[in-house]
Amino acid sequence: MQRSWRRRFHLPAVIGTIPMILVAVGVFVIGIGFSVLWSFTSSKLFPNYDFVGLAQYRRLWADSRWLVSVNNIWFFGLMSITCNMVFGYLLAVFMDQRIRQEDLFRSIFLYPFAMSLIVTGLVWQWVLDPNLGLQEAMRNLGWSSFSFAPLVDANTAIYALVVAGIWQGSGVTMAILLAGLRGVDEEIWKAARVDGIPTWRTHVSIVAPMMKGAFATAFVLQCVGVVRVYDLVIAMTGGGPGIATSMPAVYVIQLITVRQNVGQGMAAATMMLLPVLVVLAFGGLVMWRRNRQREAAL
Amino acid sequence: MTAGVITTQEQPDQAGVAPFGPKPRRTSVGRIGLYAFLVVAALFFLIPVYIMIVTSLKGMPEIRLGHLFNFPVEPTFQPWADAWLHACTGRDCFGLSPGFYNSVKITVPSVIISIICASINGYALTFWPYRGANLLFGLLVFGAFVPYQVVIYPLIIGLSSVGLFATLPGIIIVHTIFGMPILTLLFRNFYAALPVELFKAARVDGAGFWRIFFSIMLPMSVPITVVAIILQVTGIWNDFLFGIVFAGRSNWPMTVQLNNIVNTTTGVREYNVNMAATILTAAVPLLIYFVSGRWFVRGIAAGAVKG
Repeated sequence: MQRSWRRRFHLPAVIGTIPMILVAVGVFVIGIGFSVLWSFTSSKLFPNYDFVGLAQYRRLWADSRWLVSVNNIWFFGLMSITCNMVFGYLLAVFMDQRIRQEDLFRSIFLYPFAMSLIVTGLVWQWVLDPNLGLQEAMRNLGWSSFSFAPLVDANTAIYALVVAGIWQGSGVTMAILLAGLRGVDEEIWKAARVDGIPTWRTHVSIVAPMMKGAFATAFVLQCVGVVRVYDLVIAMTGGGPGIATSMPAVYVIQLITVRQNVGQGMAAATMMLLPVLVVLAFGGLVMWRRNRQREAAL
Repeated sequence: MTAGVITTQEQPDQAGVAPFGPKPRRTSVGRIGLYAFLVVAALFFLIPVYIMIVTSLKGMPEIRLGHLFNFPVEPTFQPWADAWLHACTGRDCFGLSPGFYNSVKITVPSVIISIICASINGYALTFWPYRGANLLFGLLVFGAFVPYQVVIYPLIIGLSSVGLFATLPGIIIVHTIFGMPILTLLFRNFYAALPVELFKAARVDGAGFWRIFFSIMLPMSVPITVVAIILQVTGIWNDFLFGIVFAGRSNWPMTVQLNNIVNTTTGVREYNVNMAATILTAAVPLLIYFVSGRWFVRGIAAGAVKG
């Protein structure tokens, strides 16, 4: 008990962090608690406390719109994260070759990220518009049978979203991975060259593992982006054609605003929370073990 | 320490010996392929915006001809004026300008308040950790990863019970809440990297919590505050979801009005006006991006790093 009571609960520090306490406890603990609680009730437009057990979850998983949404988020997430990582890494490697006009290229690759996803969605909606966009332009160039209208076809609309996602996100991945590449010691390259290891081999086996931090950063940013894909869908397709590009984020908002079915909406929101909790718990476990090992080493 | 030793040893070496390996040749198949890839990639990023700009400068008859890539024959700024003043969002036809002012009214206070809160949080967490403070911080960071949809409805209920739902203060509070995790992390990491001696010396001199914050920490936090401002201004300006849910019809930000103008028009779609409106909405964050340059990258990188 070396520390005094004052040190443990220094009043100005507590007062200064009241906003943090309110947000951490009031919003993130109590708020989420209520969301989960309401998912077990028959709440319609306003919350009520008529508990119906798992009925909302059963209705949720029987709703084809939700099933399509879940499929879409997995497909969109896997496609866009993979493409962004590969494309972003390629761009970063090429940018690292002492090229001319590096700043210009960097600005071009990154500027879409500065813009709202609403803007990104609208931009691509027009480029892919069958009457105005690429299809019509190619036909006017004399290729009259050219057909490219992914947004009006329920089977291809999701690919258009992926393209817009790549347009928006691969520049950031490039920027972060480029910073990681620049952080790798020049000596490593020299040593690898002396040993006669081919460049691609050096990238895969030596440099990439050294950039774990940069990859993790880029990956986390991508994942957060995928969860927030709401704006892009609303601007580009509105979830259509039909329900072909619906996503869980869109589904939840629709249930609580348009369809006024809060109970089921909160059940869907809880399902969105579940994978995040699992990943965070896993990450926390890894951090905790690493800290314990570090303490043991000291 | 060791890094310093290595560099002092290396310097005479580098000055005396020629760089390792043959001088890279200026033109080779590989270099051409490299530039070809970069140029094609640059076109992929630039073409949509090129189309938007040329279309926004054309009249509707010219657009109907369908020559998407052509330069405007008779350039006109009328679509830009229409987008700003006359474009219709649902029933009203005042253009984007009300949305622009709403976005300013939302962004400025949100950025200021969230940065004040976050800097105090970061400072208190670093130098005055009270019992349970780190648990609170852990909860806050956890909040950064929670999908917004999980907390939106409780927030709607909470804000409407105090009469702030669909008001300007309401949306400002919401942006402050969701900006807090990342910003607190940013400031905490910044303060944790400062020398502790600075804080201890001020304590010995008898300065208290607020005195140390205002006289020592705040003047030193300029660089991190710039990063935080860039992060928050672009983030809040680009927001759509919170704006449409929490701001209320009369306070709808520019992004919401833009989407309404474009996606709910009845009658003739005025593509040139729509594209001018989109460019206008993107103008503020793009301006910040081009002015702040690498600070922007540092901001997003810092915002994405956890722990």
